[in-house]
Amino acid sequence: MTFRTPTGGAIDRDTLLHFTFNGQSYTGHPGDTLASALLAHGVHEVGGSVKLGRPRGIVAAGSEDPTSLVQIEAPFSEPMLLATTVELYDGLVARGLAGQGKLAAEPDPARYDAKHEHCDVLVVGAGPAGLVAALTAARSGARVVLVDEQNQAGGALLGVDEYVDERPSAEWVADVVAELKSTPGVLVLERTTAFGMYQDGFVLALEKRTDHLGFAAPEGVARQRVWRIRTRQTVLATGAHERPVVFADNDRPGIMLASSARTFLHRYGVLPGSRAVVFTTNDSAYCAAIDLAESGVDIALIVDARHEAPARLATECAARGIEVRAGHVVVGTEGAGRVTGVRIGPLAPASPDITVACDTVLVSGGWNPVVSLFSQARGKLRYDAELGAFVPGEELSTVRVAGSATGELDLNACARQGRDVGSEAAAAAGFAPGGQVPLPVSDSRCTARSGLVLWRVPGDDDASFVDLQRDSTVADVLRATGAGLRSLEHIKRYTTIGTAHDQGKTSGMIAAGIVAEALGVELEDQRPTTFRPPYTSVSFAALAGRDRGELHDPVRVTAIHPWHVAHGALFEDVGQWKRPWYYPKPGEDLHTAVLRECRATRESVGMMDGSTLGKIDVQGRDAGKFLDMLYTNMMSTLKVGKIRYGVMCGVDGMVIDDGTVIRVGDERYLITTTTGNAAKILDWMEEWLQTEWPHLDVHCTSVTEHWATIPLVGPRSRDVLAAVAPSLDVSNEAFEFMTWHDTVVAGVPARVCRISFSGELAYEINVTAWHGIAVWEALMAAGEQYGITPYGTETMHVLRAEKGYPIIGQETDATVTPQDLGMSWAVSKKKPDFIGKRSFARAENNRTDRKQLVGLLPVDPSVLLPEGSQIVETDRLPEPPVRMLGHVTSSYPSAALGRTFALALVRSGHERIGETLFVPVEDALVPVTVTESVLYDKEGARRDG
Amino acid sequence: MTASPLAAWRDRLAALAPVLDAAEQPFRSQLTVRVSDPDAIAAMGSALGVQFPSAACTFTSGSGRFGDVEVLWLGPDEFLVVAAPDLQITIEEVLRGALGTVRGSVVDTSAQRTTVVLEGPKVRDVLAHGCSVDLHPASAPGGTCVQTLLARTGIILQVNGDDRVTVLVRSSFAEYLAAWLCDACSEYLAVA
Repeated sequence: MTFRTPTGGAIDRDTLLHFTFNGQSYTGHPGDTLASALLAHGVHEVGGSVKLGRPRGIVAAGSEDPTSLVQIEAPFSEPMLLATTVELYDGLVARGLAGQGKLAAEPDPARYDAKHEHCDVLVVGAGPAGLVAALTAARSGARVVLVDEQNQAGGALLGVDEYVDERPSAEWVADVVAELKSTPGVLVLERTTAFGMYQDGFVLALEKRTDHLGFAAPEGVARQRVWRIRTRQTVLATGAHERPVVFADNDRPGIMLASSARTFLHRYGVLPGSRAVVFTTNDSAYCAAIDLAESGVDIALIVDARHEAPARLATECAARGIEVRAGHVVVGTEGAGRVTGVRIGPLAPASPDITVACDTVLVSGGWNPVVSLFSQARGKLRYDAELGAFVPGEELSTVRVAGSATGELDLNACARQGRDVGSEAAAAAGFAPGGQVPLPVSDSRCTARSGLVLWRVPGDDDASFVDLQRDSTVADVLRATGAGLRSLEHIKRYTTIGTAHDQGKTSGMIAAGIVAEALGVELEDQRPTTFRPPYTSVSFAALAGRDRGELHDPVRVTAIHPWHVAHGALFEDVGQWKRPWYYPKPGEDLHTAVLRECRATRESVGMMDGSTLGKIDVQGRDAGKFLDMLYTNMMSTLKVGKIRYGVMCGVDGMVIDDGTVIRVGDERYLITTTTGNAAKILDWMEEWLQTEWPHLDVHCTSVTEHWATIPLVGPRSRDVLAAVAPSLDVSNEAFEFMTWHDTVVAGVPARVCRISFSGELAYEINVTAWHGIAVWEALMAAGEQYGITPYGTETMHVLRAEKGYPIIGQETDATVTPQDLGMSWAVSKKKPDFIGKRSFARAENNRTDRKQLVGLLPVDPSVLLPEGSQIVETDRLPEPPVRMLGHVTSSYPSAALGRTFALALVRSGHERIGETLFVPVEDALVPVTVTESVLYDKEGARRDG
Repeated sequence: MTASPLAAWRDRLAALAPVLDAAEQPFRSQLTVRVSDPDAIAAMGSALGVQFPSAACTFTSGSGRFGDVEVLWLGPDEFLVVAAPDLQITIEEVLRGALGTVRGSVVDTSAQRTTVVLEGPKVRDVLAHGCSVDLHPASAPGGTCVQTLLARTGIILQVNGDDRVTVLVRSSFAEYLAAWLCDACSEYLAVA
């Protein structure tokens, strides 16, 4: 049997769409939603409920529906969509859900993107109020964005067959939209839900661009787009949702909101059933009843909770043979799956119930203005006792509300509000009024007035559902209040009411009402729960947008990167940088490659790409004074042409970074930072300059990427450098350790620094990044006769660890002082002040049992300790708690030492040198000997080659 | 002998036509200038033949002894002087001379960033997918210059005209920027 009307509805009856639901094949038409197409086949039952497994149907026609959750299975698996908002397309396969869907196991092939948009006036909602507001603002010349969640403008007009200005309302809507779309500076976004409203006019909206096309969605076109809208003024014309009344067994399929049934009729040409009982507290359901009756639905009875039915509407009903019973309510329903009947009783229980057979129950408990975005914008809400709903309770300077979102129910009044606030918003954005927009005049037979506020009909509390999606009942609410909860926020969390996909659009207000009744308080005194984004569900894929795959996090590369790739380097992520980790030869793993790279470097010559080191140019008359404050050691005494190693501490005296300081000129230095801290240290310097020492004549400029930096390391490095820098005297006397020279390397202007992070004779060659690859290749060629070996970060780590040089972030963790690292020599005793100095006098800093950097040599020289291992004192673990002495910070096999070794932070480490300690590794306790941190070339004999 | 950060992307950027004419302009001379003294700023402008921008978020351009020169406002006391390749050393000297003993700094940052010029009727649309700055001609007319984010990389964005924008990006982020641009254009290319 079909429930499709012979005519009417905004559907294309000439085109048939085939779809599958719960394994059954059905047909529908373009213009249908999945819900309307199912209802056209008499299918009400969509899925089961999440906790109780009760059958559930379709309650509403739009995004406020609490129940019709489905899983799309084709074209692409997608969970938790509402049948009422899925536009039907050919080939759709879906099934109903019981509260939980399933994420697809395979990656979503669709494209999702984002776009920024700016406007003077943003209008949310393209119903009568929003349309008039948008057109008013547009005519003033303002940049306007109009967003609406439906696939066509019209709002509430889409669900009625009313005439506006003596013609079908759709024509009036089409005219307004046409003018908007043809006005320069106006953007109309359909299928776009404003789901989040934030400070300073920032609004997020989700546009569903190709979802409705199903299999026909064009490739390469973003399926959904997150609009990041920044607006000066906002008009919220978000409408109102009809609210049900709670009664026993109010959750059966076939029980739906009266206005939604009317929408299914007029928008989709679908009847909700054959025989309906209407239960209302206000006038609006009468219009639904009359329209449905005229379309062939047998309206068995209108049950009006008010003592008196509205005279004119009652007369109209009588003329159609519809019985109206005032002062009565639905007290319960019957049916195994779908509703088969309702039990009716007087509002004040006195006479026995009567039972009326029906397959449909249409409910109206009044209207809730949609205040979610207004509340998100921090607008205060006020309880309107006449409406029985929270309404916007204050005026905001940049957010205005129009239409039924204010609680206004009359179309003409809504449109007038739209014109007023549209004009105010444009004026507030600086635009003088344009041509006045004529207000539409409706022929609606339903005079707008609010009715009786009724939250629930007393009955079986355990079967009286407040939040159908969460299976939360009146009994749950009363349990919460009975347990002493009084705040709606607490009760929401206790009962989970309002926490499902629908965020309590139909249940929240009722829950508040029942709580107030139970507590005997006035709703005026209750604080509504806070509305939070998103207004409707937004998929993570849409939020991620294009920020995935290679665009997820920028990969920073150096100028020499293509060479590393071409030569088979494996890479390590250091911050956002890709740094060569090691360069395996065929058949080599990490350990063999690194042993080879280490050996080649210590015995002949190696080189690496050090371009990622942070570099900051420091200029100004007070540059030396400034660096004296930043570093623990003295920098102002450094002579031009010289280099000094320096340590930086935070105000707490803990090491935050280290690097070298090059004195370039009298008033100019170049400092280096660790790769990962380059930006942080520049910010740190700027912070001190801008907030504490603005009087200092110093400027800092990042030059990290201006330079390519190549450390050339090993006893043969001098020979290689001499070959490529013929004008440079590379002798130990002419080019001393910790000095620099400007010269020409491989035909390119270069700054060569003689510094070493390995203990070997080493040079650091700096050229502009454009020349990086050319100079690198020239060095490779010049070093060929010495077997020059490119090495990566792993070898760098081993070489420096053999020398006991700490790496910031590996040996340090924001609790380590320079003294802990054995670097008291780098802490000036002469300087009157520097950042961190004061903290060195703290008792905590002077404890003798601080964790200090030492070397560890496993007694078995082949045992490699896992980094991060704990260190204990005894060869057998005592009962917990076990005293932990510290942990292993670095651990490597060493070619130079012919054994494994480690660095560690150990309590009283410096005093323990020579002691045997133990490292738990899996089930064993590995004995280790504590040594000084410098394990290789303690005399520093190799530094000069 | 020299390699620019986006040399390997030339063909992929060229393939963005007709949506965007996109090309790297490598090796330009760039100097970061920090100065707030008005006389020094004027002297530097005179030395270059183009006055420094006085309004925030703008750039100036002109021609002088160094040919076409642009001066980009980067902050209340920070500017970027941009000129043709291979002029950085002489321009640095000239600017230092104009600065004299006044508080300020001049740093050669030529290789710190590379430049991508984007032109086409969709240029503002494409950038709006990743740039939160209002690029509407009324808000960002020719002569606008802002430091902002494009997707996840910092950029300097110059508006040269209704359909033409210049983007300066840190060299290490250049490939990310190019990849992002290619991706952002893909829908426009698919539709076109």
